[in-house]
Amino acid sequence: MANSTRTIDIGTAQAPARPGEERGTLTGWLQDLVFTVDHKKLGLMYIGTGWLFFVLAGSMATFIRLQLAVPSNHVVTPQEFNGLITMHGTVMIFFVAMPFAFGFANYIVPLQIGARDMAFPRLNAFSFWVTFLGGCLLFMSYFCAPGLYDAGGPPQVGWFALAPLNSSAFSRGPSVDYWSLSLLVTGIGSITGGVNVMVTIFCYRCKGMTLYRMPLFVWMIVVTMFLVIMFIPPLTAAQIMLMLERLLGATFFDTQAGGSAILWQHFFWIFGHPEVYILVLPAFGIVSEVVPVFSRKPIFGYPAMVAASVVIGFISAGVWAHHMFTVGMSPFSTTFFAFSTLLIAIPTGIKIFNWLATMYGGKIRFEVPMLFCIGFLFQFLIAGLTGVMLGVAPFDWQLNDSYFVIAHFHYVIVGAIIFAVFAGTYYWYPKAFGRMLSKKLGLWHFWLFTIGFHLTFDPQHISGILGMPRRIYTYQPGRGWEIWNLISTIGVIFQGAAAVIFVFNMFWSYWKGKQAGEDPWDAWTLEWVTSSPPPEYNFEKLPEVLSRRPLWDLKHPDDPDWKYE
Amino acid sequence: MILVIMTESALFIIFVIAYLFYIGKSLTPPYPHQLLEFPWLGSILLFGSSGTIMVAEYNLKKGLIGRFHLWWFITLACGIGFTTWTITEWLKLIYRDGLTISTNLFGSTFYSLVGLHASHVVVGAILLSAVLIASLRGRIQHRHHEHIEIISWYWHFVDCVWAVVVTVVYIISVRS
Repeated sequence: MANSTRTIDIGTAQAPARPGEERGTLTGWLQDLVFTVDHKKLGLMYIGTGWLFFVLAGSMATFIRLQLAVPSNHVVTPQEFNGLITMHGTVMIFFVAMPFAFGFANYIVPLQIGARDMAFPRLNAFSFWVTFLGGCLLFMSYFCAPGLYDAGGPPQVGWFALAPLNSSAFSRGPSVDYWSLSLLVTGIGSITGGVNVMVTIFCYRCKGMTLYRMPLFVWMIVVTMFLVIMFIPPLTAAQIMLMLERLLGATFFDTQAGGSAILWQHFFWIFGHPEVYILVLPAFGIVSEVVPVFSRKPIFGYPAMVAASVVIGFISAGVWAHHMFTVGMSPFSTTFFAFSTLLIAIPTGIKIFNWLATMYGGKIRFEVPMLFCIGFLFQFLIAGLTGVMLGVAPFDWQLNDSYFVIAHFHYVIVGAIIFAVFAGTYYWYPKAFGRMLSKKLGLWHFWLFTIGFHLTFDPQHISGILGMPRRIYTYQPGRGWEIWNLISTIGVIFQGAAAVIFVFNMFWSYWKGKQAGEDPWDAWTLEWVTSSPPPEYNFEKLPEVLSRRPLWDLKHPDDPDWKYE
Repeated sequence: MILVIMTESALFIIFVIAYLFYIGKSLTPPYPHQLLEFPWLGSILLFGSSGTIMVAEYNLKKGLIGRFHLWWFITLACGIGFTTWTITEWLKLIYRDGLTISTNLFGSTFYSLVGLHASHVVVGAILLSAVLIASLRGRIQHRHHEHIEIISWYWHFVDCVWAVVVTVVYIISVRS
């Protein structure tokens, strides 16, 4: 038992008198952007990159929805449509959701574990710039791949570029080379980033921060980065093979030379399914931070949450072929992958119950981050349920590659991940910039986005069950799909308006927002102990912690947490 | 470095799976059993270098910088020797036997797997020579032995991969 007079020891950092005074000139700012190795700036750059590509890929989605709004529509040409769906998918996964995961990990992890920076700051800058380069390479295909008819412009292969469509015989011109190279390059950035974050978490925790006292966000990031390290390399390997095939004439996936097109699917999904968890686990982490703070209760079932995350990490390695039920596998493989897919619902369910139990009986404050988390819980539950439905192989045979699948994974990626990212942004923006995001605009943003989200993606479940296949360019009237597609497109207007309000709020609050102070939410983890924005060295004196809620101990010396742990 | 080795292992596993999956699937000759000879020279050089790097480390820990230089140099020589051996093997395969990466599935999988390993040997040789140069200029002392150990881990890893490559490419696929 620790000496009862001990309190946690934290230095007070010197905050700039008013945030805004130290913001400097534009050229200085740009120079700083390029040369910085500070984990906070790199984290914000990751998140900024994410929002930049989010706007680009979101406008692509708008064109897709406009094209599908009414039957026999011709807003874009079929080639443009194929390019749009490929770019929308690839960009949203690799250059929106991944930078968000790395951005939050970069900004928050060193602050929450009481470290001054990442383990390898220069490697960190390298990871960011390589990821950014990957994004630029992908968009270069618009400008640098012209030439033969049907060969210029963006890749037209869908985001998983199934063989043999990805071979040079069927995708002429360099578009798919750009796609492949882009994913190869960004994969390298992700792997180095993953190694960096893992080393930081395992070697740079402050005194007293045992693994069992780490905030849940950090735990989720550990599992995420483990998955990054183990499951990005299969993608890299597959892309190397694809490049060898396209550029040097190797025959890995060429069935005419004895190769197997199915092997590409296996390699891609060995990466592709853990990727879903790479994206969603940081979202779980954000929710696990926000829900307790706004329910005024410690998280319910901390050990269960940690165990569930680790179990999810392991099971996710063995579920990939549930994307391939319709390919035709042996009954044994089908049963195995259906079973493992259903199994993963158990730890996920544990998490949902823990978040609910945290809220149960709490004094809930309905601030904007909490609202987004409640939205997350609701939508993630439905996403999980449709996921279980699709995991049942016969059901999947019926509905795979229909709009039902589209609805399912947009519920995961928008309804869960993007909602959690919004929650995280509202929650940590005051820490990063020293000012609160406007609550009034935030409420508009939340309600418009939630309504738009449901208008867009709820009807897609129905049009999917009615048989509408994904990736179709247009459809004939009279199949019962018209009304659902129209509602879907109307929802985009609400989402677009919400996005505009959000972006406006980010800029407006940067100059005009309310001063935040060190700890505007009365939270408990270490990032709130330093000034907002934190100084470059984070903590003047490295903190020492005695429990999972160091700031609770500091604020309530009469009743600290460590007495009960 | 453990994490780097984990991620590298994942990368190699995929290439090994591709190689194993495509054994005997080539539609046109040449086939492995016609071309490949057991890589005695390369294996002795590479497996031997794992031993010599351990001797070098041992000497560094004891503070014997001169002996460290000698054994480290032998390790580097083994690495360069292995690379040279690979080059001669590939030249023979390409010019005498006409096996290139686009010939058939054997060519595709063979060159990608062995080539990936060879590129790791080259990276390892660059690391080794960087250490040797720094050391000859007197920059490496006894207190650096933990850093040196990390590099030797990488070298052992490359060695282990070679053991897998030999088993898969030069034993299993030749016999089947």
